[in-house]
Amino acid sequence: MDAVTRRKFLITSGVVGGVALAGGATAFTLKDILDTAGWDDRPKDAKTLVIVTLYGGNDGLNTVIPYADSAYQSARPELAYRPDEVLKLDDQLGLSPALKGLKALYDQKKLAIVRGVGYPKPDRSHFRSMDIWQTAQPDRPGNTGWLGRWLDAVGGDPRHAVSFEPVLPPLLAGEKTAGAAVPLTGLKLPGGIKPAMLTGLGKPSPGEPALQARAARAFADLLAVDEMVKQVKGAEQTPENPGTVLHDQLDLVAQCIEAKVATRVFSVSLGGFDTHADEKTPQLGQLTKLDGALSSFAQRVAGKGVVTAVYSEFGRRVRANASNGTDHGTAGPMFVFGDGVHGGMHGQQPSLTDLDQGDLKYHVDFRSVYAALLAKILQEDPAKILNGYSQQFEGLI
Amino acid sequence: MADRKAVAHLLRRATFGPTAEEVDAAEKAGYEATLTALFDTSKPDAGAARAPVPRLGSDKKERQQAVAWWLDRMALADHQLHEKLTFFWHGHWATSVQKVKSAALMLQYQQTLFTTALGDRAVQVKAMLRDPALIIWLDGEKNTAKAPNENLGRELMELFTLGIGHYTEDDVKAAARALTGWQVDRTTGTARFNPKRHDAKPKTILGRTGNFDADGLADILLAQPANAEFIAARLWFRYAGNNNAPAEATQHNDTAGMLKAILASEEFKQTQGQLVKQPVEWLVGAHRQLKTRPSDLPNQPNVLNQLGQLPLQPPSVGGWPADAAWLTTSATQVRLRAAQQLAGKANVDRLTAVPAAQRIDALARLLVVDAFTARTTEVLKTVANDPRKLLALGLASPEYAVM
Repeated sequence: MDAVTRRKFLITSGVVGGVALAGGATAFTLKDILDTAGWDDRPKDAKTLVIVTLYGGNDGLNTVIPYADSAYQSARPELAYRPDEVLKLDDQLGLSPALKGLKALYDQKKLAIVRGVGYPKPDRSHFRSMDIWQTAQPDRPGNTGWLGRWLDAVGGDPRHAVSFEPVLPPLLAGEKTAGAAVPLTGLKLPGGIKPAMLTGLGKPSPGEPALQARAARAFADLLAVDEMVKQVKGAEQTPENPGTVLHDQLDLVAQCIEAKVATRVFSVSLGGFDTHADEKTPQLGQLTKLDGALSSFAQRVAGKGVVTAVYSEFGRRVRANASNGTDHGTAGPMFVFGDGVHGGMHGQQPSLTDLDQGDLKYHVDFRSVYAALLAKILQEDPAKILNGYSQQFEGLI
Repeated sequence: MADRKAVAHLLRRATFGPTAEEVDAAEKAGYEATLTALFDTSKPDAGAARAPVPRLGSDKKERQQAVAWWLDRMALADHQLHEKLTFFWHGHWATSVQKVKSAALMLQYQQTLFTTALGDRAVQVKAMLRDPALIIWLDGEKNTAKAPNENLGRELMELFTLGIGHYTEDDVKAAARALTGWQVDRTTGTARFNPKRHDAKPKTILGRTGNFDADGLADILLAQPANAEFIAARLWFRYAGNNNAPAEATQHNDTAGMLKAILASEEFKQTQGQLVKQPVEWLVGAHRQLKTRPSDLPNQPNVLNQLGQLPLQPPSVGGWPADAAWLTTSATQVRLRAAQQLAGKANVDRLTAVPAAQRIDALARLLVVDAFTARTTEVLKTVANDPRKLLALGLASPEYAVM
């Protein structure tokens, strides 16, 4: 990996952004986002897209479980769930016991499960595969995220695409502009530091190095956030470890949607899926967090034109390794739910015996799900955003 | 006399942060002699001797002690280039105590990085493949002939030696097989090779077929041209900037030679102000310049944790991010507070000794900042009569955030 790619991968693991960010995109405050409520550039029937990224490669086969397939039990004897443990969806598949809330959504026909989503020539590096998912460029991931390119296309203010993660994911970095990263740390100025000092240090200085200019800008942002904390109603409810827990991020997304902000796209994430050994318990813990956060969010924003899509950079190998874990694999399931989504099973379940080097063969190109989301939720021509790719996954929305 | 800015740039990058006196001496000695001296580790390190490696066990409390010790060592050591390069390797072979769960094993890992930091890369790779902490971190113990675990094999190729795109999935699987059989004895802190768990059958790795074990695999990886290019690019990324390492750097098998080629290059001299100081560089550099000892402020590990760079706890095997990632609003706030605390602890005689009107120049000299911009000078002027406040704002300033 050359330095530039490497840098980009660090970016992908939850840091900095692409080209637009390197140019000095700034952080916005929650107040900046809430202030957009008065904007009239949002069509009356406009929908909101929420993207949930699960970092680390979630084991799809222990999430949407082919419990009735004897190949599942025999490939991972210690790691497999018994048929009586899973939350049965039909006579073949069941959800992880951790996903009780999603099971209820599925039963109400509100949760769509897209099976076997992946891309050709799978890459098993976390970083490369996450690049591919976020850029939607499977052959050669570039510097822009697919929703960053959407933002470019709508010529939008950064506040049309918002991340409540600690740093902006490349997903939202476009060529010309980038989404807004909204820091949520409760801010308090240290004693003796006067706002005028921050204003002073926050000014640009002609000819200074780009990163020094950015360091200066952080002072101006700090001041803005400090004012937000003082002024915005409800800011005292800012969670203790903001931005770190999916539940807290989605809580803020819901607040913004309820306030009718102009934002069309929100990005949130949950890390910690990178397990290789004795992974049953840690994955259950992660999925429990995911389930609680998603199901309460689904309930809260129901009827408000919100669609949520959940993905991870890859699934895991069918066969367990010797340490009761699984190694990096390929295709995995996506969850999609919200207004207008057709609940139920979508896509073909990958075979557990007809494998590609020990891994599941994908049947659904992830870009076809993106294409459907772009066309149906963001009313945008998918081909324009996905470098000519235009095949929409049918029947989802 | 050398150009003061040029040697200050060299010292800012090669060390954790030079003192004004060190820049004075370098200015007299010249660029070449300064560069040579940076790599000279022949004399005993009297500074490092003031922070000897502690004996620690696996108690949870001892993890904090290990970090506190390392910060002291970084600040006090005279062989600054060696110490900073050790920290570079920590970010490269990024291993976290959170999974290793033993301060003793983490210190042993740190010492392996230290002793192999400057030398032949092959020696380092082979030593790391036997390092108990790294083996635990990447599930090496669970990698057996019966059922290989690919975690270590994959990261060895992707992150430690070659970089993505220079191997295939089949190479990863074969590499995992070559690495089978290593087990860690936590009481003695040693890794042991168990032939019964090793896959001794032939493997094909990067076009070569043989009965390869860990060392055999290391030899294959080190022989790839991609290895020198990858490591040179990583060094360039942390020491110089975002463009490409000069080709000269790839002509060395030892890290000292490679890094020296980078620091001697004309391209390197053009990179002033293009890197953001990592939190460890920022904090340890400040302690060096203010001549304070990090462990005298017990909250320093906590400050680094808030800034997102606690040594011995990298966020993932990919190590720490760089540049703009460190310039968040919350980090700015933490730096302001930490700067105030440092300024409260430091001896500010060198600022009080001069009239208020000259204090901003004295501050720039103390912190080895080439010059404060007019913007920052305006703010500093408002506190020039209060040396501690002046120092705090200088440490928190945008000019001091980059190097």
